[in-house]
Amino acid sequence: MSSETPSPASRDDASETAVQIDGVTKSFAGTVALEPVWLKIRRGEFLTLLGPSGCGKTTLLNLVAGFLEADNGELFIDRDLVTQVPPHQREIGVVFQNYALFPHMSVAQNVAYGLRTRRVAKAEAERRVRETLELVKLSDFADRRPRQLSGGQQQRVALARALVIRPRVLLLDEPFSALDRNLRTAMQVELKEIQSRLGLTTVFVTHDQSEALSMSDRIAVMSRGRIRQIGTPSEIYDHPQNQFVSTFVGDANLFAATLVSREGGAARITVGKTPFEVQTFQDALPAPGPVSLFVRPEQCRLTEAGQPATVTARVALSVYQGSHAEVHLDCAEAEEGRVMLRVPASAAPKPGTDVGIELPRTGPAIYAREEEGEPA
Amino acid sequence: MKKSLLDHVLDWTGRIVLTAIVGFVLLPFVVVAIASLNESAILSFPPDSLSLRWYANAFEYRDFAEGLVNSLKIAAFGALIALVAGAGFAYVLDRYDFALKGLLNGVLMSPLIIPNFTIGLGLLILSAAASLPRTMWLVVAVHVIIVLPFVVRSVYVSLKNFERGYENAAESLGATPGRVLLTITLPLLMPGLISGGLFAAILSFNEFTASLFVVNQRTQTLPVAMYNYVREYADPTLAAVSVIYVVVVAVTLLAVHKLFRLEKVLNVE
Ligand SMILES: Nc1ncnc2c1ncn2[C@@H]1O[C@H](COP(=O)(O)OP(=O)(O)OP(=O)(O)O)[C@@H](O)[C@H]1O
Ligand SMILES: [Mg+2]
Repeated sequence: MSSETPSPASRDDASETAVQIDGVTKSFAGTVALEPVWLKIRRGEFLTLLGPSGCGKTTLLNLVAGFLEADNGELFIDRDLVTQVPPHQREIGVVFQNYALFPHMSVAQNVAYGLRTRRVAKAEAERRVRETLELVKLSDFADRRPRQLSGGQQQRVALARALVIRPRVLLLDEPFSALDRNLRTAMQVELKEIQSRLGLTTVFVTHDQSEALSMSDRIAVMSRGRIRQIGTPSEIYDHPQNQFVSTFVGDANLFAATLVSREGGAARITVGKTPFEVQTFQDALPAPGPVSLFVRPEQCRLTEAGQPATVTARVALSVYQGSHAEVHLDCAEAEEGRVMLRVPASAAPKPGTDVGIELPRTGPAIYAREEEGEPA
Repeated sequence: MKKSLLDHVLDWTGRIVLTAIVGFVLLPFVVVAIASLNESAILSFPPDSLSLRWYANAFEYRDFAEGLVNSLKIAAFGALIALVAGAGFAYVLDRYDFALKGLLNGVLMSPLIIPNFTIGLGLLILSAAASLPRTMWLVVAVHVIIVLPFVVRSVYVSLKNFERGYENAAESLGATPGRVLLTITLPLLMPGLISGGLFAAILSFNEFTASLFVVNQRTQTLPVAMYNYVREYADPTLAAVSVIYVVVVAVTLLAVHKLFRLEKVLNVE
């Protein structure tokens, strides 16, 4: 379980914790959507739940919002126990994937809705609606109906509507998935700016790893109802704690290897018949035997065939990418039979060429072999 | 885009079939409308000479005027009661799970299976046994039973298509369940409710079989008054009433259309 508990204990100071999820579980009619989940979200942090479709991201978010009731476990917001508190008393802002803007109200009325339920005085409410619409650059659209707005504008109304109530936590469920690429990038920047300006505790759901890497203070990578690793984007990318995280975030090359002996993070392994000594970034390694050796494309180097201490492979395809070329190699020692490397576009080898792959001495990882489809 | 021969054939057969269907549906009304203009005192077709005297007769005949007022009142009250009750039932069916839910649903839908005259007869026997006076409310009760399934269905379908995200959004913004219902759910369901109520009113306005059992001279509805008339006279007055009838319903629909946009109410937008 060490890989799934949050990093250093000193940072989990109670006064800094905005949301605490303690062993929360959820099943739907016998299907387990969430295994017991523990998670502490710090005040003011931008935390992303990242994972493939169906891994339980929305379920976890809905539990925090109160739209679903947990089967087990407790939930705290600002140290208040809220497990049984209905959503309208949780003071949480939610931005939905399809925006869920009230179609029978104008933009201003949508934004004012949360103030009217709180009986904020009229003048004060008007001022806050105006300010919030300014914040999301929609001042000129106050009297429009949601359906008269573009997708990006609707998205900003949804954000304004959630922000105007000054929520204790802002939850966003794949808010940008309906937007085209350019708009998406623009909205990512805008959200990140607003979030850090307001110092808002934010939980953001996405299955887009680049979105997660670029926006988050921390990422919780989920699969099958569990948090597989939680850490900063660079911790997740550079030091994935298990094979699932290593392949889900970024490009990964996995080699079938045999672990001969280990000492701390150092190991003797063989890949095919070639012996290697590697220093991994891990503190502990699996037991000797069949293992997976994980290397990022940028950690490998292409050499001529037959060099000592290389893995042999044959070029299947070079894909021109402008600044570089992606070289796809057939390699008997690779777990999927394929390895991918990046080389300068001018140095791309021809398909059919035999080459060697030079593996890094430091920086890779060794994982216990995972059963097909069943993450360890 | 160039059309192939097949497209043309399909296009034209389509038009012909459509015209035939529309003509077939409208045929009875056209025949009756023409017959209503017949000068002579027999319901014959085609008329020998034209006149509006039967319209005058229709307006002067007291049973029709009273019947129309009765029918309008009964339709209005019946539709309103059925709408409130039906919407409530539909909401419960959609939102809550409980034992005997299937049974309740079945009971609510049973008027679709039980013929109208059985419902009328049943309430006639019941009111006689309980020696209830034969008031307008007895007729309203019969009509509510008959139109309720249609209202429940109509509202239930709107609820099924309703995006729950709106309610979640409102809740997260601090709205209590009651407030969510009043400010979000009901306004957004309004088209479904109006269409349910409208269908109920029209069904009630047209209802004859069950009403026949439970009305008396004072409470008789327009269809019953027409039936009683045709048993005594065979002149074109009834044809004239039919035309007036259609005009009343059409004007009502048009008014709804002007007020709420009919396409939206009928969910064909
Ligand atoms: N209301 C429900 N009834 C039954 N099963 C559900 C329900 N909601 C979610 N599930 C199941 O729970 C699991 C997790 O669903 P969830 O919606 O949390 O996934 P997700 O990570 O948000 O996926 P996506 O990226 O596709 O939105 C899935 O297997 C899903 O089928
Ligand atoms: Mg989801």
